[in-house]
Amino acid sequence: MMDYLVGHYAYFFTVLIMCLGLYGLMFKKNLVKKVIGLSILQVAVILFYVSLASKWGATVPVKWAEVPVTEVAAYLNPLPHTLMLTAIVVGVATQGVAFALMIAIWNRYKTLDEDDLLDRISEDTP
Amino acid sequence: MIELSSLPALFPILLISGTLLVVLTGLRYSSMAQPIATLTAFFTALTSLYALLGVANAEPVRYAFGGWAPPIGIEFVLDGVSGFFLLVINSVATLVLFHSAGLRNQILGTKQTAYYALSLLLLLGLNGMVLTGDLFNLYVFLEISSLASYGLISIGSRQAPYAAFRYLIIGTVGGTFYLLGVGFLYAVTGTLNMADIAGLIPEISATTPVITALILIITGVGIKAALFPMYGWLPEAYTHANAISSALIAPIGTKVAAYILVRIGLFVFGAENVDRVIPASQTIAILAGVGILFGSLMAISQRNLKRMLAFSSVSQIGYIVMGIALMNPFGFAGALFHVLNHAIMKSALFLVSATIEQEEGHSDLTRFDDTYRKKYPYTMAVFTIAAISMIGLPPLAGFFSKWMLALGTLEAGSWFLFVVILSSSLLNAVYFFRILERVYLKKSGQKDPSDARFQESPWVMRAPALVLAIALMAFGFANAPILEMIQLWFPVQ
Repeated sequence: MMDYLVGHYAYFFTVLIMCLGLYGLMFKKNLVKKVIGLSILQVAVILFYVSLASKWGATVPVKWAEVPVTEVAAYLNPLPHTLMLTAIVVGVATQGVAFALMIAIWNRYKTLDEDDLLDRISEDTP
Repeated sequence: MIELSSLPALFPILLISGTLLVVLTGLRYSSMAQPIATLTAFFTALTSLYALLGVANAEPVRYAFGGWAPPIGIEFVLDGVSGFFLLVINSVATLVLFHSAGLRNQILGTKQTAYYALSLLLLLGLNGMVLTGDLFNLYVFLEISSLASYGLISIGSRQAPYAAFRYLIIGTVGGTFYLLGVGFLYAVTGTLNMADIAGLIPEISATTPVITALILIITGVGIKAALFPMYGWLPEAYTHANAISSALIAPIGTKVAAYILVRIGLFVFGAENVDRVIPASQTIAILAGVGILFGSLMAISQRNLKRMLAFSSVSQIGYIVMGIALMNPFGFAGALFHVLNHAIMKSALFLVSATIEQEEGHSDLTRFDDTYRKKYPYTMAVFTIAAISMIGLPPLAGFFSKWMLALGTLEAGSWFLFVVILSSSLLNAVYFFRILERVYLKKSGQKDPSDARFQESPWVMRAPALVLAIALMAFGFANAPILEMIQLWFPVQ
């Protein structure tokens, strides 16, 4: 049991962060905090991928003169890292769009609090 | 002509060059954006027709990018199913973009360049999702199309940015779930290539990570497809977006999510392996069935035309997903044919609602009366044809896809779903005949005949809607060859 917990601690940690992110985007009323929750959720997945690539006694997947490239076991798996570079870019783009939308919402309703926002929307539409 | 083997790479190239051209000419002439975007979509549609004719009855065409052979490199796969979806997406988008010529100055004003660049990026994302043979590449294209659609939806009514924001939050959670599912599959198989994973799945389909991956991917894609309990973003987004965006995104956006379900459920996992441990396909089919009834009931209770059409989308996507989840050739053929039909019907209906909104300044159903028939005879004829096809009366195309779906439910022995299909047709009849009755029978109170003068929309808006209506009749009569062709594509285990 203990071995199982220790051997998989990275995954438990990922699940914890994921739940934190989901909690943030579901229960926080402020739109900025929702985006923070979204970002935490994405980071959890990124950490999951990166922890897939790890192995004991290996170094970062950058070519190093002392370790020949043919020794595959001496390097971490580079593929998840490169995938996650793309995923980080996607996450940044999503947040950019989210903030742009928030500016548009603020300009129209002068609030970013969801409850206030829904009140003002229902005032708009009789 | 173009070599078929390099054809898959042509789609992104066409769309990216179109986008760049729109942006570059837009620096000086922003009115050129719409013609260029329409032409780009038109050429992409022509290419997809050529591609479909080339691969419909032949081996799939595989194109490996950058000279890296799969499974290491990323490949685009063009087979019958992807060719079919490409043709549907690109031709419907061409007609909608063409139609937008009559609306663009009023709705978009000075922002035309950015808008049409975004709409081509949306098409790029959708085309890429359909073509790619790599799971992670699919995620990237999914996010490209989603980001573009958030932007397109946020231009609209006062509430549109908030509707787009909600869609962004929900949609990104869907994308993240999909990515996590792909991570599980990668951890077990060590590859991201779909064909490669499909070869490994039979041995490992009963292991926990693969089942988790399947659930996560279905949930993530289900959010994008607005599958029943996860439909919340859709009605808000389609109602508050402007008329062009809702006509562009409603017919094709959710279809591509359904395509991912086809690709991953039937081609990567295969009908046997999906259900090996958990009753995944039955669960999806029942959720879709509940969604069909729920969407129809909600559509009946709406007063706003666009909102009614949005809920009708929730119901119709249920048909498609249910057909896929039946996992038999009839359901498969019905689902794919319904993709075609629903794309045509929904775009026709949204084009009509755009015309009404433009000319009358509202889309409130309770204010429709027979002056609309006199003012817009062509538009209302298109609406009638699309509505009757939506209900599923022969000889229009909508009947035949529902017929195939009903055969599929019988084949699967599921009486619940059979009853759902039949009763949903009845509910569709309720909410469409309600409008038809108003437009053709309800006398308006006004005595002033000048109110009911013929004032049809300009031909650029009328022609695409008429083309769609004629296509519905044509596909209704030509249903047999299309259905035969689709059934050939059903993956044999």
